[in-house]
Amino acid sequence: MLRLLERPSASSKMAQLTSGRLRRLLQIYANKSSSLCGGPGFEHNSALGVHFVRRWRSVDLKERQKQMMARGLPKQKPISGVKQVLVVASGKGGVGKSTTAVNLALALMANDPAKTVGLLDADIYGPSIPKLMHLKGNPQLTSNNRMLPLSNYGVPCMSMGFLVEDGAPVVWRGLMVMSAMERLLRQVEWGPLDYLLVDMPPGTGDVQLSISQNVPVAGAVVVSTPQDIALLDARRGVQMFKKVHVPVLGLVQNMSVFTCPKCQHQTHIFGADGARQLADTLGVPLLGDIPLHLNIRETSDRGQPVVVSSPSSPEAAAYRKVAAAVVQRLEELEQTQGAVL
Amino acid sequence: MEQNNDGSLAQVQHIVLVLSGKGGVGKSTITCELALALRHAGKKVGILDVDLCGPSIPRMLSVGRPDVHQCDTGWVPVYADAEKNLALMSIGFLLDDPDEAVVWRGPKKTAMIGQFVSDVAWGELDVLLVDTPPGTSDEHLAILENIKKHKQVDGAVLVTTPQAVSTGDVRREVTFCKKTGVRVLGIIENMSGFVCPHCSECSNIFSKGGGEELAKLTGSVFLGAVPLDPKLSTCIEEGIDFLKSFPDSATFSAISSITQTLLSSLQAA
Repeated sequence: MLRLLERPSASSKMAQLTSGRLRRLLQIYANKSSSLCGGPGFEHNSALGVHFVRRWRSVDLKERQKQMMARGLPKQKPISGVKQVLVVASGKGGVGKSTTAVNLALALMANDPAKTVGLLDADIYGPSIPKLMHLKGNPQLTSNNRMLPLSNYGVPCMSMGFLVEDGAPVVWRGLMVMSAMERLLRQVEWGPLDYLLVDMPPGTGDVQLSISQNVPVAGAVVVSTPQDIALLDARRGVQMFKKVHVPVLGLVQNMSVFTCPKCQHQTHIFGADGARQLADTLGVPLLGDIPLHLNIRETSDRGQPVVVSSPSSPEAAAYRKVAAAVVQRLEELEQTQGAVL
Repeated sequence: MEQNNDGSLAQVQHIVLVLSGKGGVGKSTITCELALALRHAGKKVGILDVDLCGPSIPRMLSVGRPDVHQCDTGWVPVYADAEKNLALMSIGFLLDDPDEAVVWRGPKKTAMIGQFVSDVAWGELDVLLVDTPPGTSDEHLAILENIKKHKQVDGAVLVTTPQAVSTGDVRREVTFCKKTGVRVLGIIENMSGFVCPHCSECSNIFSKGGGEELAKLTGSVFLGAVPLDPKLSTCIEEGIDFLKSFPDSATFSAISSITQTLLSSLQAA
């Protein structure tokens, strides 16, 4: 019996390919001599059947496999009411994705008060958004069982942190995480939003794949610190986005330089300019450079992001610059796509 | 549970997990420094890097891109030194291009970790350190399940930075350890204070004392605080042994005292 594919669902379909059907298919293919893999026509001899079946197997196999795999992949469905979904990611942990996502959301609104921005915390295991946005409590449900996001500083937010107790670990395997992600994406009453920023967890695994496959993502902002170890993982993050066809808007270099508050001496604690160099190598723009400043950490710990608590500080200005660069890149991408179509 | 005492972990004396709920707090850095400190103390050490998406260990110990060979008892770990006192295994060694992205879902990761635990011929080791990715996910469950088949895990060392965003996540990790029956050997506060090389003013960039408070809150041992040292960053980037190069620094004394405390608690158990 032909064993064309290894996946259980596929083989049950294959079982329906009875010998009668097979013969009929072979006949059709025999009539189309050029339809098979590049070879010259068929030698009409007694070995035809074997030659033929082998060639049919290899070409049609690939085609059928592609079709089966495409059917198995989830379809991308946009989130209702949301114009553009942006992801803030990195391959590495602890580079400042959540801090950047929060301040970027607020900076987008500071640059253009007419814009509405939402924040989705996709880090199931270590949700930081509740702390950074000074939000607590369980989300309420609407009459049709959808969750209402919690808002602060004019930004509606949703996070796993609202659904579990403080301090309770979420010890879930990939499949459960995917289904939780689906709920957080689709079962939230976001309302009309210009941008939905998704704060991704570290790594290149289930969550990143699920989001890229289920939702059309307008662009990805990759955050990294200047050190090589972080850049290696950021590079992997960029590669992953290329694999799943998500446009990379650019890199953000975080924690770039520390200025001693006493003597103003500048120290590049995590290295200098590494992200800038990586951006050049990968051919993506450097969206901005955020310094390592006590103010950012202090305000984050208090739940008062620096863009709203110290709007005239150089740190807030740095975030607003990144927001402006993000908007510009999105416009450029739209124009390019428009030109292609 | 039946413990299979013949096999790859049979001659490993102690197994210590290095965990954190939070990313980027310095788990891999601390794992490497602990391993180097233990080696300097004359122990035979192994590092198992189960961070499949972001394997940092090969880079930090500058072992290059060696091939992984098989012997009759399993895969031979990569040795970081000629005397074979520091054995490593990481997915970085198994990829054609070490910078390649490993975009895998849970079941594949679980299977790989299963192989790392049962198929690597670690040989005789005093301590096997396991460097984990952030979170409490497939990798963590897989490593615990697979190690428990062969041996009891001695415990876990939790790494955190002092800031509230980190300690919040590490609290979850402490609960995870309690739930899974893993003894918390202690909490390390990393990036605790930065001393300006110019004027020696100490700035608490990532706050201070959060790790110690967390240890008190959860009833765990506070192993020590490691300061934020650009020299340590540079050594880690270039794969240099920081402990050999800067034996007079505050960071060196912090790491040595943490290692001593850890060793005594492992030997006492």
